[in-house]
Amino acid sequence: MPINYYIFLAVALFCIGVVGVLTRRNAIIIFMCIELMLNAVNLLLIAFSKMHHLSALALDAQTKAGTEAQLFVFFIMVVAAAEVSVGLAIIVMMYRNIHSVDVNFLNRLKH
Amino acid sequence: MSITAVLFFFLSALALGSALMVIFSKNPVHSVLWLIATFFAISGHYILLNAQFLAIVNLIVYAGAIMVLFLFVIMLMNLNADTEPQKNKWLKMAGAVAGGCLLLVLVGALRDTEIRTHAVQMKDGNIGLIHNLGMVLFKEYVIPFEISSVLFLSAMVGAVVIGKKGD
Amino acid sequence: MNNLVYLVPLLPLAGFLINGLGRNFLSKPLVSLIGCGVILGSFVISLVLFFDVKSGHNTLANAFEFIRVGKLSIPFAFQIDPLSSLFLLIITGVGFLIHVYSTAYMKEEAEPHFARYFSYLNLFVFSMLLLVMGANYVIMFIGWEGVGLCSYLLIGYWFRNTEYNNAAKKAFVMNRIGDLGFLLAIFWMIQYFGSADFAQVFSKAGIMPSNDKVLVGITLLLFVGATGKSAQIPLYTWLPDAMAGPTPVSALIHAATMVTAGIYMIARSNLLYTLAPTSQGVVAIVGLTTAILAATIALKQNDIKKVLAYSTVSQLGYMFLGLGVGAYTGAVFHVMTHAFFKALLFLGAGSVIHAMHHEQDIRKMGGLSKWLPITHITFLLGCLAIAGIPPFSGFFSKDEILNAAFEKNPVLYYVGLGGALMTAYYMFRLYAMTFRGKFRGTHEQEHHLHESPAPITMPLIVLAFLAVVGGFLGIPEIFAKDAHWLEHFLSPVFAASTERAKHEPMPHSTEWTLLAVSVVLILASVVWAWNKFSRYEDKGIEETGFGKILANKWYVDELYDAIVNKPLRAISVFLNNVVEKSAIDGIVNGFGRVVNYGSRQLRLLQSGQVGSYILLMVIASVVFFIIQLFMK
Repeated sequence: MPINYYIFLAVALFCIGVVGVLTRRNAIIIFMCIELMLNAVNLLLIAFSKMHHLSALALDAQTKAGTEAQLFVFFIMVVAAAEVSVGLAIIVMMYRNIHSVDVNFLNRLKH
Repeated sequence: MSITAVLFFFLSALALGSALMVIFSKNPVHSVLWLIATFFAISGHYILLNAQFLAIVNLIVYAGAIMVLFLFVIMLMNLNADTEPQKNKWLKMAGAVAGGCLLLVLVGALRDTEIRTHAVQMKDGNIGLIHNLGMVLFKEYVIPFEISSVLFLSAMVGAVVIGKKGD
Repeated sequence: MNNLVYLVPLLPLAGFLINGLGRNFLSKPLVSLIGCGVILGSFVISLVLFFDVKSGHNTLANAFEFIRVGKLSIPFAFQIDPLSSLFLLIITGVGFLIHVYSTAYMKEEAEPHFARYFSYLNLFVFSMLLLVMGANYVIMFIGWEGVGLCSYLLIGYWFRNTEYNNAAKKAFVMNRIGDLGFLLAIFWMIQYFGSADFAQVFSKAGIMPSNDKVLVGITLLLFVGATGKSAQIPLYTWLPDAMAGPTPVSALIHAATMVTAGIYMIARSNLLYTLAPTSQGVVAIVGLTTAILAATIALKQNDIKKVLAYSTVSQLGYMFLGLGVGAYTGAVFHVMTHAFFKALLFLGAGSVIHAMHHEQDIRKMGGLSKWLPITHITFLLGCLAIAGIPPFSGFFSKDEILNAAFEKNPVLYYVGLGGALMTAYYMFRLYAMTFRGKFRGTHEQEHHLHESPAPITMPLIVLAFLAVVGGFLGIPEIFAKDAHWLEHFLSPVFAASTERAKHEPMPHSTEWTLLAVSVVLILASVVWAWNKFSRYEDKGIEETGFGKILANKWYVDELYDAIVNKPLRAISVFLNNVVEKSAIDGIVNGFGRVVNYGSRQLRLLQSGQVGSYILLMVIASVVFFIIQLFMK
């Protein structure tokens, strides 16, 4: 599989996530679309790691060239988990205050 | 076409279709379920690429823990299709157009790159195996690993503080 | 000798500064002493310079470099030659007499204002001296502007009266219009000849062909300046109004000196005019027309000073006629004699006004010869001089001009003779209504009538003497060969012109005929007016018909008001309301409004909606990607 295909796939997933963020008014759905974007990036990173591994294998059979990218993905997941927990706590608090998860109600920045 | 290619295209179609359904569903619960399907498809891709550890971790952490958390919150608020707020039609169109433009730009940007024909090693390769990952993680990247535990601690504290009722 | 030259203008300047700055401290006698003393000093030095010039030695004194730009150099230089030394004598001599006269005439003024008067008068003399002593047109222009300023200051001397202020403004504005012409002429001269210096300009112009367009243009522009300063058509209406100033001011500025500045300028530029016969023709026609017009108006005026004012305008017209037909010496001669008799007439009128307690209407005078003997005799001598009766001075100078006019074109002579007849008529009308017949004033005024004190009568006597004998400086050929001393004296100045405009002198028989005819007609006019107006009774009848037109000065002021004032005012109202308020203010305020509107619209971007913020973010990142990836 040429890397191109993976890049197109990841870009498409990412853009679907962007459209989701712009189109939906429900805060939770927006959050989910952010997670979708993160996953697209993860996919791409792993694809790249394998690509590098493949090209490095040609020079040295015992190489460990693409490992960093996969560890990076690992850490992205770590951060995503932490972010979700805090983000959902915020959304719950928002719901408690205005009894709705509609982001259009969050326009206090105007004042 | 080899089985790898077939699987690749199938999983890609599945991922894209599920992602689209995520943003088009009216019911938030349905959206969560479609997102889980997307995660499964992506984990499938990981396995194709022989990143086994990450595939499993993806399923456990993302589909298992994070999505469950989302479902808890949705259930808490008792959201369903008729309470779903709808955005202004023009804004929706604007959003779709903007996203589409982004897609076109990024795709177009890659048209002339020289790496586009490099192949990806699928099915084989031992760098995705947990043994090798673990070696690199605990030898070179042990400090970020420890600090991520501090990150979790702070996230926990933050979540508890924010979620507290009253003052 | 150069240092003496600098002293001539510096003395009056010092007088101006001392009297002006010390007006709150100096006493009246001291102010009079300083004011008159400096002029006397200038007169004495002018005499010395005059004798120097008479012995054939001209002076050119270069004080300092006034302007130096590239190749153009305009030094602050003074030139003493026959023409300027003659004018120096007239200015300082007559000026001194008028200063002495003023010490008694202005006695009633408060001390600071008394000193103010003398300081202005000294400043005027200073400017006039600069004007005639300048060695280039720029220095002349400095003096030109200075006398205009002093005219304004002195006409509006009693500044608390709005009408007097208006008269002063009118004088200054009309002068200014003329000055524009003068200034344009100087610019053109500098551009074409590369210098404004008399010697250089005349030498360069001397080789040009006759009636060259540039010369015609420059000379016409110079003449525009002269019409402003010397009150010719169309810029003459300020002079009658200028009678609002004190009478000695009218005598000095508007009779003897400032108004002759135009004559001096054209006499100095005689070569340029000889080389541009077109302009000379214009000068002659305008001068003659002004002379006749002013004479007709003077026939029906009832204010003693207004009659004299219009008479001045008329006589100036004769001088310009003289210049226009090439009789440069004649014109300068008439300047000299006119200074004597017109100053005399004005000072005499001042004496009458003083005796009549500021009454100026001649219909309310009459028979004053009984109470004001000295004033009466001197005034009569002045009238005889101006009418042109031999052997008084006016006869010689006026005849010289009229004879030269006849040589050019007989029509000019006949019209000029008509004007001279009118001059005699209205002057003797004035004399008879003032000094002969019965006294028509109030009993109160009759009580206070007495002859004026010495400082007033002495200058009258001196000027009367000069008015009588002044003519003998220019005895024409037909009486005695080579007796025209003035022509001899001024010949170096006009040499270039006379060389180019050589003509056959008039045969003696023609000259005798013209002389006899004019004298007879003038005498008849004099006798007629004397008889008619000695029996004048103020019946209080209003003027009708043609007389009304003349009494209202041919409605020229009203005409100017209609074609100049009203349109200008309408234009300025239009500019204010439309252009200023709508267009200019509109643009300036419009900027503010646009910015306001723009900011209001821009503010709407801050909706507080996170969703729209994210949309903008995405759009911005797309734009960046496009720029970065595709437009390098």
